[in-house]
Amino acid sequence: MHSAISLMACFVQVAALFILLRSPFLVVVQIFVYVGAIMVLFVFVIMMLDFRQVLRQRFLPTGMKPTLIVLAILGIQMLFMFFSSDRLGEISAGGENPFEVTIMEFSVTLFTDYLLPFEVVSVILLVALIGAIVMAKRRTG
Amino acid sequence: MVPLSWYVALATVLFVIGTGGVLLRRNLLVVLMSLELMLNSVNINLVAFSYYLHDLRGQVFALFVITVTAAEVAVALGILISFVRNKATLKVDDMTIMKG
Repeated sequence: MHSAISLMACFVQVAALFILLRSPFLVVVQIFVYVGAIMVLFVFVIMMLDFRQVLRQRFLPTGMKPTLIVLAILGIQMLFMFFSSDRLGEISAGGENPFEVTIMEFSVTLFTDYLLPFEVVSVILLVALIGAIVMAKRRTG
Repeated sequence: MVPLSWYVALATVLFVIGTGGVLLRRNLLVVLMSLELMLNSVNINLVAFSYYLHDLRGQVFALFVITVTAAEVAVALGILISFVRNKATLKVDDMTIMKG
């Protein structure tokens, strides 16, 4: 439960990062969808299930170290690949003409260039809605 | 301004933390939440690149990622609920129904 609330706070921080990156539409979408729908769904599930057995769950006592080492190597390798790339100079350090995008330009692009993915995503949402309802229904009879 | 590498480093750190959560935690809900964290790190990456390369496509892609993530979480939680109804456990180790 605490981790769900902390994750909500994390998503709000990510929305703040989006504000810094000058994309107001994604800020609002992030807070509506991630914090307001997905995490609320998680909190619903957490509060509906019986959790007495969760208190008995602990970390794997010994099996964690090789995974942690592999994860550290993964992170270091990802950073190394980024910083050692040849085209790093092409990315401006920011600052000169910040990329301000109005919601109007964003929506025009969304509805003209990306109309097909938009419609496909709405079908995906419909299918997910039907699937989630069917899956969580109690089988009667 | 903040250089781009800082955003990429943040996204990398979040991704590694999320992967650690998916691989190491035994509570299924925590695994799903770490998955959300990984997807958020990808979104940070997309929007940061969209800002620094003056391209709108990163933000559009991030919007689609958010939407599909919402759909996936709905279905995953539905599966979780029906599974817990069947077996009454949230430990990942005990979910061996499909084991041959």
